[in-house]
Amino acid sequence: MSRVRVLVGTKKGAFILTSDGKRKRWTVDGPHFAGWELYHLKGSPADPNRLYASQTSSWFGQVIQRSDDGGKTWNPPGTTPEDLMGTDGMPKGESNMFVYDASTETGKPLTTHQHYDGTQRPWEFKRVWHLEPSLTDPDTVYAGVEDAAMFRSSDGGKTWKELPGLRSAKGHLWQPGAGGMCLHTILLDRSQPDRMFIAISAAGAFRTDDAGKTWTPINQGLKSQYELPDPDAEVGHCVHSIAMHPSHPNRLFMQKHWDVLRSDDAGGSWHEISGNLPSDFGFPIAVHAHEPETIYVVPIKSDSEHYPPDGKLRVYRSRTGGNEWEALTKGLPQQDCYVNVLRDAMAVDSLESCGLYVGTTGGQVYVSADGGDSWAAIVRDLPAVLSVEVQTL
Amino acid sequence: MGMIRVVLPAHLRTLARVNGELSLDVAGPVTQRAVLDALEARYPMLRGTIRDHVTHTRRPFVRFFACEQDLSHESPDVPLPDTVASGAEPLLIIGAMAGG
Repeated sequence: MSRVRVLVGTKKGAFILTSDGKRKRWTVDGPHFAGWELYHLKGSPADPNRLYASQTSSWFGQVIQRSDDGGKTWNPPGTTPEDLMGTDGMPKGESNMFVYDASTETGKPLTTHQHYDGTQRPWEFKRVWHLEPSLTDPDTVYAGVEDAAMFRSSDGGKTWKELPGLRSAKGHLWQPGAGGMCLHTILLDRSQPDRMFIAISAAGAFRTDDAGKTWTPINQGLKSQYELPDPDAEVGHCVHSIAMHPSHPNRLFMQKHWDVLRSDDAGGSWHEISGNLPSDFGFPIAVHAHEPETIYVVPIKSDSEHYPPDGKLRVYRSRTGGNEWEALTKGLPQQDCYVNVLRDAMAVDSLESCGLYVGTTGGQVYVSADGGDSWAAIVRDLPAVLSVEVQTL
Repeated sequence: MGMIRVVLPAHLRTLARVNGELSLDVAGPVTQRAVLDALEARYPMLRGTIRDHVTHTRRPFVRFFACEQDLSHESPDVPLPDTVASGAEPLLIIGAMAGG
């Protein structure tokens, strides 16, 4: 029988939750990297035992961790004894080195972006928000970082290079959202390996069709009347998350700061599908593994009140690709619940009966093994959950 | 060459997988830079966690103490106190107010 491995990043370490395909009984392993913030962990689709983790601290900076045995052991890439075989006999220790490309060769000198107050500030690396391993090569992995930029490693995380063309896509107009100016979403297109979609708070969504060399803003149809002087601006929108079904890579779903939207032309244009949601503010959005028109969001009351409306944690499901939504409540707290679900804290597995996973800032990780109909807590008392990913093994 | 004693904050002890105090061989004059060079050579996972990869400036929330003095704002090329150079006292690398 298939198994699942859930990778949970929290404010004070990482946890790995495993179960068989029934998803009833769970083993909890952790904390890994105790005391550090784990913004994101993700496994390679090409080698499920290859995991990458973003370990970070406002005090001590960024560390990339890698496991080659499914999370049993971890090392910062490039610092293990076998890496001591370099010409000078010294380990490189560059796996946590994220330096913006300001070389004259690429013609992308370090530029500036908008600060909260509208003044220009130079880019300054803070942390890795999201790691997206290649669909085909376990040694290739992309990192979405704050201040917003995209980096790629093709040596298993030992060294990182920026894809500086992204900052040319009107980067001077990007600005930080409440969580910082972060590149938090990276979607890879299995049918077109040179195509990628990314999203930045607060800049918007962008697409590349040449493996990251050049990027196009894809924000037509987004309206931000409370956040931008021009509500229809080409960039500057606070996109919180985007999702795609691998079999329909031109169809994208977006949870924006306010508004849930969809695009049927690879981001060329968007239209709102918030429909009957009790609030269209929220962070994550996900697509069912086997039903490309079934999508999930977790409505949050407002941009200042980061908790569910009415104190009820409800995942909303649309089986019609948006507009018509139903509340999923069975097994979720329906009173006095004031947690948040962050943008990377919802995931779907690909078992026959599609499983959903939601992590909260209150430290709960909920699972539904029946597409959202019913829920149970796997754990209730972790540190605040920053991210949840699942591997179907 | 002297044996220099270094105490890391808890987060960095975990990262470097060490317990308690470290001893480092430092060649030449014992300065902040020489000690950090030796520390990072032996524990490459610490690169970037105490000082910037490229500029080698101290991270803002990291402090250096020794002999009951705050050495954080000393030039990295100023010799450390004799008692640190002789191994009588450790160099303390501290996360500002305990480091989170």
